[in-house]
Amino acid sequence: MNKYSIDLTLMPTTLDLWHVYLIAAVLALALILIIVLLSMVIGMARRAKQAPVEITKTVEVPSEPEIKIVEKVIEVEKIVQAPAPEPIVLKESTPDAALQLLGLLQKEARFIDFIKEDISAYNDADIGVAARVVHEGCNKAVNEYFTLDTVRTDSEGSKVTLAKGFDASEVRLTGNIVGQAPFTGTLIHKGWKVTNIRLPKLTEGHNASIVAAAEVEL
Amino acid sequence: MNGLFGHVNQNDDSAEHEDNQQNHDQNNQQDHQSDHGNEHEHHDSSAEHEITENQSNDDEGKKYSVGIDLGTTHCVLSYVELNDDEDELTQEVMTIPQLTSPGVVEDKKQLPSFLYLAHEAEIAEGSTTLPWSATPDHLVGDIARNLGSKTPIRLVSSAKSWLCHAGVDCKQPILPSEAPEDVDRVSPFEATKAYLQHMKAAWENQHPNAPLDDQDLIITVPASFDPAARELTSEAARSTGLGHALLLEEPQSALYSWIDNSLGDWRNHVNIGDVILVIDVGGGTTDLSLIAVTEQEGNLELTRIAVGDHILLGGDNMDLALAYTIKAKMEQESGNRLEAWQVQALTHACRDAKEKIFNNPEQDTVALVVPSRGSSLIGGTLRTELTREEVDRVLVEGFLPEVAASDRPVSRPRSGLRTKGLPYAQDAGITRHLAGFLAKQQSATEDLEHVDLPENATFLHPTAILLNGGVLKSNVLADRLLKVLNSWLVAEQAPEARLLEGADLDLAVAKGAAYYGVVRKGKGVRIKGGTAASYYVGVESAMPAIPGMPPEIEALCIAPFGMEEGTSETLPEDEFGLVIGEPVRFRFFASNTRREDTVGLRLDYWTDEELQELDEIEITLPEEGRKAGEVVPVHLSAAVTEVGTLELHAVSQQDDHRWKIEFDVRAGEE
Repeated sequence: MNKYSIDLTLMPTTLDLWHVYLIAAVLALALILIIVLLSMVIGMARRAKQAPVEITKTVEVPSEPEIKIVEKVIEVEKIVQAPAPEPIVLKESTPDAALQLLGLLQKEARFIDFIKEDISAYNDADIGVAARVVHEGCNKAVNEYFTLDTVRTDSEGSKVTLAKGFDASEVRLTGNIVGQAPFTGTLIHKGWKVTNIRLPKLTEGHNASIVAAAEVEL
Repeated sequence: MNGLFGHVNQNDDSAEHEDNQQNHDQNNQQDHQSDHGNEHEHHDSSAEHEITENQSNDDEGKKYSVGIDLGTTHCVLSYVELNDDEDELTQEVMTIPQLTSPGVVEDKKQLPSFLYLAHEAEIAEGSTTLPWSATPDHLVGDIARNLGSKTPIRLVSSAKSWLCHAGVDCKQPILPSEAPEDVDRVSPFEATKAYLQHMKAAWENQHPNAPLDDQDLIITVPASFDPAARELTSEAARSTGLGHALLLEEPQSALYSWIDNSLGDWRNHVNIGDVILVIDVGGGTTDLSLIAVTEQEGNLELTRIAVGDHILLGGDNMDLALAYTIKAKMEQESGNRLEAWQVQALTHACRDAKEKIFNNPEQDTVALVVPSRGSSLIGGTLRTELTREEVDRVLVEGFLPEVAASDRPVSRPRSGLRTKGLPYAQDAGITRHLAGFLAKQQSATEDLEHVDLPENATFLHPTAILLNGGVLKSNVLADRLLKVLNSWLVAEQAPEARLLEGADLDLAVAKGAAYYGVVRKGKGVRIKGGTAASYYVGVESAMPAIPGMPPEIEALCIAPFGMEEGTSETLPEDEFGLVIGEPVRFRFFASNTRREDTVGLRLDYWTDEELQELDEIEITLPEEGRKAGEVVPVHLSAAVTEVGTLELHAVSQQDDHRWKIEFDVRAGEE
């Protein structure tokens, strides 16, 4: 018998250093294999999304990172197969028209001046004088640039009947809303609607955000 | 393209096609944009090339009659489509896009007759863009008035009044008259051109295929405009590229508008023998005219028989008078002097406040506020009240006093320093001016067989009144005017004059001018009139010279009263020797009362009442093959052009060569 004979029936009863090394080496190799495979799978999944299902099948080693991969692939599948529902778009007002209106109210009625002033320091009589400027100016501006009409021509406080299919944006129901149309109720506010707008046109380079230019007298 | 359409219609009798054409016309007047769509629908069956051409040709082949009211404070443009049947005459007032502040363009029916000479640092680049021009030559309209209210030294206003101002050369840059040295001034002529230019561009922007000069264009002038001012207006139109514009007197235009508004019913409101007094109180001037209703072969005829003097007195004076009254009151109450900008704001506030008082009989006081200029509105705002008593005292009693028919406007001798400004009327009493006018024109109806004036009359008795001008929109003022006039009539046992209702006081002049274009096509009664004055040149009399005295002057009549458009007169007897190459000047006179004078008549005596001296006229005979210094014998010849201007010529007796005599020599030799 030489010193290093092979006997396959032998089972080590004690864990010697060599065997420890051997087990460590096997585990290390297995780990390396898994990492290599993983990186291949990730690479393929990224490059070739058209065949993700197949790729998942080739990976069978159950481990934590693998689960992540599967999740990712399923995500990809979702995007491909079920498009997201149409997004709800809310109308965004253009700032120009709003700025223009502010500018007009400031020009005709000193609107911004009035709103930005601290009125607590003044008595009602002084505020009343300034309110005349604002009221007269706003009245002039609104009449000049808008044509206003009432939504309902009935006098406020009178009984009105709304037939089936009335325009809910024109008439708002309040209070004891039960049953079916026609509805009968009391007209609380006759409503306003703009029937015509004649806002001035602006030149290309006009900076609408300057609602009142600073004034310097020479 | 519509020309081509007409052609198609003639060949194709289908009623549907006819309808389409009518629809097209109606739509066209309302909205050019939507028109394109209609054309596609209507003419799908037409040949392909027709459709494509139609898209860009809305107006071509259309003919409009366009009236421009070139006012002292506002300009208005109105138009009628001539292709329409008379019954369906639809009259439009064009909205005039204009800057209202830098960078903001608004459509308005009136173009304020103001021009602002902006400093280069004042206006941001690109903020004066108009729909037809990125950089207009001048700022006119609302923006000019707005900017000018804070910087009056750069504001040109009342250019029209300067046109009729003796003693200044209207082509010299003299406005604004108070401007400091480094402001580049403009001439009244140039300002007038700028307003016309703006309206022309606005028209052509909205009617790209109907150039304004191809339409029947009528521009109104005050009846009291002298020949030089008419010529300047006409020349301004010519140099704007509106060479075909005709002139029409504003009061006549107002009457045309009234006739048009009545939709044929006017014949039931006037009678043969009526004398219609047209009182036009505008923003800057008061214009008076008399129009007689007579009969010719069974048809009603209208003849303008007299016009008043040029009175620089109008609504602006009223607002100013009110503002200064309130200013005095506020200064007395507070002890502080109001600054110029506060008076300006007060004038604005008074304008609105007086209308409130006039329109609401039960409201006796209106609060007036003068907002501070800074951003603190509440602290710095001044408040006062305008009362009915003040309005009555200042406006009604001040401008329309209850005077007797024998009263006359007061005129003080002007101080020698008043050479820079306009010759504003010295007497604000419009009723006194009216009394003076009616008395002066007492004999205006003498030649008319249908009009009888009582023996004892001390003034001409009008039987009907037509009001015009924004000021008279106020019932209080209109009623007062009627009341005063009727009190004069009643005092002479004459029937009261009645008011012709239904006039559109703001827009009548422009509308009437557009309607006049229709009348000229033979579709209505035309007001006859001709020149509103007779004209004279001053010639030295044959008396021996008296040392130390200027040579006596005789007035030689060269154009009689009432010369019609398109006629001419020559002086057969009198001869003038003109020196070649040397300017020769004549004194020039007009009379709006001497109706009988014929051409060639010499007056050796006249009163200031009878003859008004106008600016001198000048003629220079060019050398043209003659020797300088040679004396050429000439006749003078006067003609009234189709346009409505007076033209004077010197005609050589040797070879019938003609030289034009210029009115426009107001070099103002001082």
